[in-house]
Amino acid sequence: MVGVLEVLEVLKIIDSSILLCLFGLPMLGATLLLFIPASALKIIKIVAFAVSLVVAVLAIYIFVSFDETLGGIQFQRIYGWLPLPGPWGSGDDAITLSLGIDGVSATMVLLTGIVMLTGTLISWNVKESTKDFFILYFVLLSGVFGVFVTFDLFFFFLFYELSVLPMYLLIGKWGSTSKFKSFVRTKEYSAMKLTLVLVAGSVLIWVAIIAIFFQAGIGSFSVIEIQKVSETALSPTFQNIFFPLLMIGFGILAGLWPFHTWSPDGHVAAPTAVSMVHAGVLMKLGAFGIIRIGIVLMPNGAETWMPLLIVLGAVNVIYGAVSAMGQTDLKYVIGYSSVSHMGYVLMGMATLNVLGMNGAVLQMFSHGIMTALFFAVAGMIYDRTHTRDTLELRGMAKKMGVISIMFTIAGLTSLGLPGMSGFVAELLVFIGVFQSYGHLGIILGSAAVIGAALTAVYILRLVASVFFGSTPEMWENQTDSRPRELLVAGILVAIIFSVGLWPFPYIEVIESGVNPIVAAISGAG
Amino acid sequence: MNDFSLLLPEFLVAGLAFFILALDLFIKENWKRYLVWVAFFGLAVILFVSLFIESEGQLYDGLLEFDEFTKFFRIFFLIIGGVTVIISREYVDSRLKYPGEYYGILLFTLLGAMLLASSAELLTAYINLELLSFGLYVLVGYERYNPKSNEASVKYILLGAFSSALILFGISQIYGLLGTTRFDEMSVAFSSLSSISPGMAVGFVLIVSGLGFKLAAVPFHMWAPDVYEGAPLPITAWLSVGSKAAALALAIRLFSEGFISVFGELQPILIVIAAITMVIGNLLALVQKNIKRLLAYSSIGHVGYLLMGLAALVPIAKTGSVAETFTNLVYNGLLFHMVSYGFTTMAAFLCVITVYNKTGRDDISAFAGLSKRQPLVALVFVCALFSLAGLPIFVGFASKFYLFNAVGGQGLLWLVALAIVMSLISLYYYLTIARQLYIENSEDDAPIAVSFVTKLTLGGLFGVMIILGIYPAFLLEAIQRATDALISGNLLSLV
Repeated sequence: MVGVLEVLEVLKIIDSSILLCLFGLPMLGATLLLFIPASALKIIKIVAFAVSLVVAVLAIYIFVSFDETLGGIQFQRIYGWLPLPGPWGSGDDAITLSLGIDGVSATMVLLTGIVMLTGTLISWNVKESTKDFFILYFVLLSGVFGVFVTFDLFFFFLFYELSVLPMYLLIGKWGSTSKFKSFVRTKEYSAMKLTLVLVAGSVLIWVAIIAIFFQAGIGSFSVIEIQKVSETALSPTFQNIFFPLLMIGFGILAGLWPFHTWSPDGHVAAPTAVSMVHAGVLMKLGAFGIIRIGIVLMPNGAETWMPLLIVLGAVNVIYGAVSAMGQTDLKYVIGYSSVSHMGYVLMGMATLNVLGMNGAVLQMFSHGIMTALFFAVAGMIYDRTHTRDTLELRGMAKKMGVISIMFTIAGLTSLGLPGMSGFVAELLVFIGVFQSYGHLGIILGSAAVIGAALTAVYILRLVASVFFGSTPEMWENQTDSRPRELLVAGILVAIIFSVGLWPFPYIEVIESGVNPIVAAISGAG
Repeated sequence: MNDFSLLLPEFLVAGLAFFILALDLFIKENWKRYLVWVAFFGLAVILFVSLFIESEGQLYDGLLEFDEFTKFFRIFFLIIGGVTVIISREYVDSRLKYPGEYYGILLFTLLGAMLLASSAELLTAYINLELLSFGLYVLVGYERYNPKSNEASVKYILLGAFSSALILFGISQIYGLLGTTRFDEMSVAFSSLSSISPGMAVGFVLIVSGLGFKLAAVPFHMWAPDVYEGAPLPITAWLSVGSKAAALALAIRLFSEGFISVFGELQPILIVIAAITMVIGNLLALVQKNIKRLLAYSSIGHVGYLLMGLAALVPIAKTGSVAETFTNLVYNGLLFHMVSYGFTTMAAFLCVITVYNKTGRDDISAFAGLSKRQPLVALVFVCALFSLAGLPIFVGFASKFYLFNAVGGQGLLWLVALAIVMSLISLYYYLTIARQLYIENSEDDAPIAVSFVTKLTLGGLFGVMIILGIYPAFLLEAIQRATDALISGNLLSLV
């Protein structure tokens, strides 16, 4: 009996600091790896896997135990960090590590946990400087988790920047250079472009955060506290001036047209696991930031500027799809399809109604899983053939049957086939868009549907030419997926189908987070 | 009357300097390389003493003022001085002769810096500034047979003397018009003036220009890259941290005690200087091929951020009392960023010194493939660069956030926006170094051996960068005390 009590006690401690563990464990893992000699490959991989597994379990636990009937912010913990004395008094709670989970972030945490675990597994064959790779990879994920679980502007920004910091080295060192006939894009170039563009986005965010802090004038960086006074302290004029900063700053990370060009380049150059995390999760940080900080703190500004965002989102959808059609590099196709799919996310949140927002968040989740699968499979193909040129890759299904099926599943999700996660999410977005903004909504909704049709064109064409048809002799000696790769793909495929066939558990959680946000907007309006 | 125990740490530093110079005369040649430990442990003892002595009061009828602000800077200088001594060790052993004189003169410059922080009168400040500068003139030219070092020294002496002359002329203007050079009396005299006469304006401009020279603020920065390149590396580090912090300490006290009541007139000048300093410093750093010159320009950029804080000490709107503004946040941010910049720069320079000692090269491509040749140095270096660029979890992020946030609160949001954009630009050139460290490969793959002492120092500086980045609250407490000493004593009563 004592044993059970002790276990319960331990569980309680874990429960009370679970969000801290979520970004603390990857950081701890990175620190631990720092002290393991680089030659001890086995130990490094075991540590990396163990940390990823524990974090993934924690993420699943958080999602499952999130009480969607209760809604609101759960698992809340506030740790004091730095006082800022000022006219508001001693300012003891000015900067706090304010942790919590709402319906939106619970979904995102689950996504990150899954992508982290599958990314670690797929990185098993990183040959060069494995230790440094995992250290940076964990720092990246620590930042991502941190963003999703903090309700403090300072820490939000800290983790946001932390997730950008390792990208340069991850892409520059372990990435790959793309060469086409008359066009070379080096990995160093792509890495620098990605880092600078993303940090440029955070310039805008930083300015907006400083402005919000002083305009609110309560001496607190806490989103929850500022939200309480936002109606009185943040005047509509102020919101109209500073909301675009957040919208564009975060939008850059979300792949918002015309600031999206870093994304295909970066994702193509990055090593597989980093592409998975970056396209799968990191781009969602941008969309998440618009919701968590932009819409929540400045509902008036959101209402003013959302019509612009929904138009830009529609451009994203069409532009991304058309660009993807013209690509001959497997990863560039996926990269541009990400741009296109993030357009649905932006359109969904720009509707500012419950359906559209639900769709946006579910699309964030669905696209994260789907893109992770896409990049994982593209990585598997590249590992074997050492090319991503779709003009060279032909008839791969003959030797890589399982890999072909996985890629096809990702493709069908991407074009929104019913029964898979993409369909549910996109349907919600479409309905939301049609409901909003009158005639504009109908036009843009139609554009979004056309975008989905375009997706079908380039995905089916790609699948047909790369995987089916006769197999050239040069690809006769290929091998199919290894068990480890099958596991990765299996996890992702299972989630795609589970969302597609029975989406209500996910939607209920998401809706519990979206409802208060939408309610606050209609209240402000 | 005069309580000389207030000056105990300064006396001890001076004593230590003389002791080392004297010891140098008597010990055998091959024992001289242990002088570094005399200097280092001497400083450690003095640091210990100054941590625990109570020091509040005035000396020499108010020429020197001792408060928490003095104590803060005194401890900062002692730590940075100690780090400078320890990072000089291998460099002096292998490249410079006469360690006795080297450490002796270095300690005198440290003494000048410490006294500057307590100077509460213009001429006293001037003398201490010269004590600092004269030592540096010698140290910059310490590599006697290196033409670049000689060139640097001559340049530094000529321009330094010129800037000293500017300051002196400025002081004479102010003395001529006010009849006093004491900060507290100056502020009283200023507040009784109805308007600023042209002569007074000339005095301000000259003093600000002179300080600008010492801080290497644009447009008075021309000496910095050449001097940084020519000087022995540890001296470059001391120049870019110690001497700048000393000039900053003087500037903070001068502006918040002496010039407080005319700060509104000075502010536009400071804003313009801050803006062009960070723009020029960061833009010129983009094209540098030599690591010393790059760090020189990047440090000019950082001086721009600090000047921005200086310009925001008191808000533009002259209505409203200080208590309602964010002045104390600006003071805190200024000191915090200075500390952060200091430790980070020291870490960066130690990495450069370690590589330079082994390879004799200081161009950026000399660092290619360092992550394979010496992983620890590469790691600390890249973290220092990230910290300078203001990325988390390093101290540079926290301090930049604090400082920029505070300045933004003073109604200078556009200047902050400029600073953030510049900090984005700086990321580019820091990343080009990171690229050399981790991505490029070098022709020479031979590992670089690093001594235990260097490893320990690297580890210590790395720890400081991370700990202050993750939990700076205890440092901010000390900084808050220093701020309170300045604000409560002067600002509140005068504005």
